[in-house]
Amino acid sequence: MSDSESTTALTDLALDVRDLRVRYGSNEVLKGATFSARRGEVVALLGPNGAGKTTTIEVLEGFRMPTSGDVCVLGSDPARGDERWRARVGVVLQSWRDHSRWRVRDLLDYHARFYAPYATAEVPRPWDVDELLALVGLTAHAEQRVMRLSGGQRRRVDVAIGIVGRPELVFLDEPTAGFDPHARREFHELVHRLSDFENTTVLLTTHDLAEAEKLADRILVLDRGTIIADGSPDKLALDLATKAEVRWTAGDERHVHAVEDRDPTEFVRRLLATDPDVTELEVKRANLEDTYLALVQRVESGQADEHEKLEALS
Amino acid sequence: MITTGTTSTCGVAVRAGLHRGWLETKYSLTDVGDIFWMLLFPISFTVTLLFMRGNTVPGTDLALGAMVLPSLIGMSIAFGGLAGPAMQIATDREDGTLLRAKATPDGMLGYLIGKIWFFGLTTLASLVLLAIPAVTVIGDLRIDGRTALLLPVIFVVGMVATVPIGSALGSIFKSSAQSMLIMLASMLLIAISGIFYPITAMPTWLQWVGQVFPFYWLGLGTRSAMMPAGAEAAEIGDSWRTVEMFAVLGVWAVIGLVLAPIVLRRMARRQTGSAIAAARDKVMTRGY
Repeated sequence: MSDSESTTALTDLALDVRDLRVRYGSNEVLKGATFSARRGEVVALLGPNGAGKTTTIEVLEGFRMPTSGDVCVLGSDPARGDERWRARVGVVLQSWRDHSRWRVRDLLDYHARFYAPYATAEVPRPWDVDELLALVGLTAHAEQRVMRLSGGQRRRVDVAIGIVGRPELVFLDEPTAGFDPHARREFHELVHRLSDFENTTVLLTTHDLAEAEKLADRILVLDRGTIIADGSPDKLALDLATKAEVRWTAGDERHVHAVEDRDPTEFVRRLLATDPDVTELEVKRANLEDTYLALVQRVESGQADEHEKLEALS
Repeated sequence: MITTGTTSTCGVAVRAGLHRGWLETKYSLTDVGDIFWMLLFPISFTVTLLFMRGNTVPGTDLALGAMVLPSLIGMSIAFGGLAGPAMQIATDREDGTLLRAKATPDGMLGYLIGKIWFFGLTTLASLVLLAIPAVTVIGDLRIDGRTALLLPVIFVVGMVATVPIGSALGSIFKSSAQSMLIMLASMLLIAISGIFYPITAMPTWLQWVGQVFPFYWLGLGTRSAMMPAGAEAAEIGDSWRTVEMFAVLGVWAVIGLVLAPIVLRRMARRQTGSAIAAARDKVMTRGY
């Protein structure tokens, strides 16, 4: 990488985390996580429950103090982020029963008011409330009380409040938990819109692989407090998947062959050269789901070695 | 430049807070449950006062009801200012309202302004409703220029003396269920603060306990604003002790205003999404 390229890369980073560690008592929840996100990028933090996703996002939001490590979010340390910084960051919280008596439009309008003084020449703040309601598909429910909304509608209120200040960076913790497939799909479209048209950086946590695959430009796999994989969904599958399945029909017979080697091309080339009757050829590489499960399993089975290594290092 | 910016962000947050307080008042005054509770007190007071008819304040020929109604006004101010914020803040912390305020620029300022305004307005509404029981004893009261001057002053001083300390108490409790203790403590203090019966009829040591808390002094203040001349004979020291009243309430205000920001900030710092998730799970499993 040339010098000019690396400079651009640095200024383009919306968040940069190095060797983040969080310890509660003797329990080390994050054991040196290192990752970054460029502006406009959608990054998914993927991992099984208890992997440290929520802790990571809370540190980045400035709601939790890390034990050690360097954290930089939009050029500031979140623990010292002032109100000006806060206005540039969107936090999508999970509502439970807060503001249940409020009407949707009132609630959004109330939160919007705080952002007006933080408008800049480039970023008009806040978002127009009616426009935003339309964007998240709540126009018809604008006058409804929050307590009367369905789970999916309520979640969209959370998202709307999180982005009403037109943030440069949005944090979403388990955004689609409890969504039906339709609500999930609409939510995915919203996230794409944010990153494509608003150039908003999005960091979301999920334990749902399909969701990470659909939404994210890049996936970080977090397990037991460390990032065990980092890359685009395709790259992740390519790098980590070791298996592929080749199916074909020859004559009247259907054949299946599992290729243990990374690249099934060689097998297919040989197959086609040797058997001219091959039709309905199908090559299926292990998808991200297989990859993810394999990864988690590998980490679990290799846990003992991992611990020894860590202890030897420290 | 920067100063202008800061002033305007604060101004915006204060205005948003006032808007919040007004909205919450509106929601509360249109909620059937809230209206039920708001009406329950004046109606039960009316019944109480009707039963007191014919009784006099010991040592005087004044109707007992004429002493109790002004005391109820003082009590309502103290109760609205102490128990209201204490319970609401504990609830808001548990359900994520406070975390939302924290995630918004200047959101905590807006939240606090909104709460003060909301408690001011709803307490005022509950005072207006005391006009219902007041009809039964109006003939025995002295409503004049002194009342018109003293009552609003006592209301404002009472709110300043109680809302900050109530908010601080609400931040100390671990859960909304624990904050119900505030309600219980308030009831006990009301019983020994000369609201329903003159404090001079209590044992001396209890009189001293009662005189530590704002309930007694707010009741004394409102009695002094509404009772006829000579009624002070039933009070400690045969006097309305107006200077002492404002002094004690002033001390409570100072304690509250110093303590509340410290306690609230400490509590807000600890508030995270996972803390709320934990509280939610706890409530879900035990069912309240």
